[in-house]
Amino acid sequence: MPSQLMKGNEALMKGAILAGCRAFYGYPITPANEIAETAALYLPQLGGVFLQAESEVAAINMCYGAAAAGARVMTASSGPGISLMQEGVSYLAGAELPCVIADLMRGGPGLGNIHPEQSDYFQVVKGGGHGCYRNLVLAPASVQEMAELTMLAFDLAEEYRNPVFVLADGCVGQMMEPVEFPEVMKVTGAPEWAVTGTAATRHNLIHSIHLEPADLERHIRHLETKYKRAGREILRFEEWRTEDAEVVLVGYGIVSRVLKAAVERLRRRGIAAGLLRPITLFPFPSAALRRLSARAKLFVTVEMSTGQMVEDVRLALEGRAPVEFYGRVGGIIPAAEEVSDFVVRLLTLPQVEEERAWMAMF
Amino acid sequence: MDGYVLAQHRAHSFYPVFDRKPDAQHQTHYCPGCGHGILHKLIARAIDELGIQDRTIFVSPVGCAVFGYYYFDVGNIQAAHGRAAAVATAVKRTRPQSIVISYQGDGDLAAIGSAEILHAANRGEPITVFFVNNAIYGMTGGQVAPTTPVGAKSTTTPFGRSVENEGYPLRVCELLAALEAPIYLERVALGNNKQITAAARAVKKALEIQVKGLGFSLVEILSPCPTVWKMTPVEAQRHVRDELAAIFPAGVYRDRSKDAVPWNAPARPPGDVRGMLGIAPSNGKKPAPPGTFVDQRIKIAGFGGQGVLLLGEILAEAGMRAGLEVSWLPSYGPEMRSGASNCSVRLSTAPLDSPVVSSPNVLMALNEPSLRKFLPDVEPGGAVFYNRTALPEDCRRQDVHFILRPFTELADELGDARAGNMVLLGAFLQMSRALPLEAVGAALAHMIPSERLRALDLEALERGRQLVKEILP
Repeated sequence: MPSQLMKGNEALMKGAILAGCRAFYGYPITPANEIAETAALYLPQLGGVFLQAESEVAAINMCYGAAAAGARVMTASSGPGISLMQEGVSYLAGAELPCVIADLMRGGPGLGNIHPEQSDYFQVVKGGGHGCYRNLVLAPASVQEMAELTMLAFDLAEEYRNPVFVLADGCVGQMMEPVEFPEVMKVTGAPEWAVTGTAATRHNLIHSIHLEPADLERHIRHLETKYKRAGREILRFEEWRTEDAEVVLVGYGIVSRVLKAAVERLRRRGIAAGLLRPITLFPFPSAALRRLSARAKLFVTVEMSTGQMVEDVRLALEGRAPVEFYGRVGGIIPAAEEVSDFVVRLLTLPQVEEERAWMAMF
Repeated sequence: MDGYVLAQHRAHSFYPVFDRKPDAQHQTHYCPGCGHGILHKLIARAIDELGIQDRTIFVSPVGCAVFGYYYFDVGNIQAAHGRAAAVATAVKRTRPQSIVISYQGDGDLAAIGSAEILHAANRGEPITVFFVNNAIYGMTGGQVAPTTPVGAKSTTTPFGRSVENEGYPLRVCELLAALEAPIYLERVALGNNKQITAAARAVKKALEIQVKGLGFSLVEILSPCPTVWKMTPVEAQRHVRDELAAIFPAGVYRDRSKDAVPWNAPARPPGDVRGMLGIAPSNGKKPAPPGTFVDQRIKIAGFGGQGVLLLGEILAEAGMRAGLEVSWLPSYGPEMRSGASNCSVRLSTAPLDSPVVSSPNVLMALNEPSLRKFLPDVEPGGAVFYNRTALPEDCRRQDVHFILRPFTELADELGDARAGNMVLLGAFLQMSRALPLEAVGAALAHMIPSERLRALDLEALERGRQLVKEILP
């Protein structure tokens, strides 16, 4: 059982260390700083490497170098820093290097603010960098999951030889909750493909260039196969009170917790509501949504954005049921009562059309 | 081979056949007269002579040398444009026993990668950088480089490089020589055999410095690019000798190899990792929650130094120990540095949704700005603890309970004004009864290591409880 209070960011990094992470390259940004600070405190004491790079661009390329040399490596950042890292993430995916990247989302665009948002969904879940690649994306909703999903992220990164994002918002990173760490302590060796400066690995090569069109197509198809396999093997989601749900709320991260309270409020008003929470954002639980559409007559996606994940919900449902959207931005976390009120209005009042038109403006 | 004497064998550090190359696997992809081929040979020979082939990791750039891995029979990593020095940094730190070469051109190193090389050099990364300066972008077809001479035409300076538009040629060795950390910086040229012989010595020396673990070394190589310069190989070598060397003087810009001492990272035995991380051993099962329904949504606010965040943490820690669901969320960022501080705490018998408290049923306002900021949000029927005996004239509400006491002053009477948060906590505990006293005591024992401070805190807590007993006997 959870036994100690800890900040999400600290739990994330401690989970990473238990998962065998011994290298961290990063650049300061609020609200992700505690992750780097925790790494800076412990990794050198464990014979690992912590380095504050000159920029996020340098940091992600250092991750590339460390991964190429066989280290379990990670970085952490937030919106603008993740934008700067995107080229490097594309190189990681192209060169098939494992790396864990924590994105503690903050308000944007531009400098925005440091309060929580979920507005990096597009740039993390949809790729963000150039080329046909995907990130595997895990979305923790509690301090406990900050630790557990980060530990999972390292295993997935190595298994799939692909970047894995832990996509959280500033709120989950800054809050304290009870956490309990699993009884594991991994120490991993270098994978056989790594370039480690030894006779045995002398012929190893890490690169992402394929000059011949046929070669590049073959490589991209190979990556695509991995992503399809991930869809079969690593999909995670939580269903809550969906067994009889006629209205399904869809949200991830901190929002999903607000939605549980909203479900309770709606049920008290006689509305059979439930929640689907994607835990993996890529792969996305499309089949689960389609299954729920057999009963549900309305899906309401709630995000701390003006509507990013909602596009995946719509793609998943393929018009089987209406999908409405409610979002707050700028660092405002929606309250359960405003979500439940929104759903009630959708179900009852004619002014819904007006509201839809208003939301559509954004 | 009658009539010939084989004076130089192929370096062992070159592949005999370039299998990774799609076609013409017995020749390089470099143009006739290109400096890369010459430099590759010098590097491969130095690797052979130093006996470091198995240990060497070659980081190739984006540019004409992107295919370094076609040729070098060593560990190979291809980096993004400009980032070879950053990649090499982490490779070396991951594998300190390896010999890491960052091979970069002038666009790669001096333009897009200028930050990475500057900082790698400034950190004294014990890597070896070979910086090929041919004063032009070769692979992209002849655009201006940071090192292009003033007046020189390129595809993007069709009227010649102008000082007004592109500035002056960037002198990398001179720039890096301003830093403290580099051990060895030398500029050489490939303009004739004599220069090439000097370049060979510099290449080997730079690698030897890494083998000895002395620190950062960089050799800048002025190199011919006959194709883009539109010259014959002979003209291009002359251009290197006469034109480029006049702008970029050859020479040693730094050599501390005699004084430098090898640095070895101290070996660190793997200890008790979980203990070091402060991970508490599993305490078995969670304590049973209290029988009565608890839903405290608490906002605590005040100046920095009033113990706002600590008070919140103690509440959450005590709540956890009492079997409640708890969360604690601080204000963070610039707000935190402006002197004001606030946090939200939730204590509940039901699973918690959001840790954000937008409509608190308890407000603990340790100063007037906090009262003004958060009083309007307090739920009707909620409790407001305020650090004064009276409310400001314009801060009244009829639908909440006020507990108006000078908590800070009362703590000061006990000996330390900083315990004002504990006086307030005592008042809250007495009033709400949400938390058993034992849980708070256990939380304090866990969080306040100093016995003296803890005794003071407990006294302050008791003082707070008395306050409420006086109001609500």
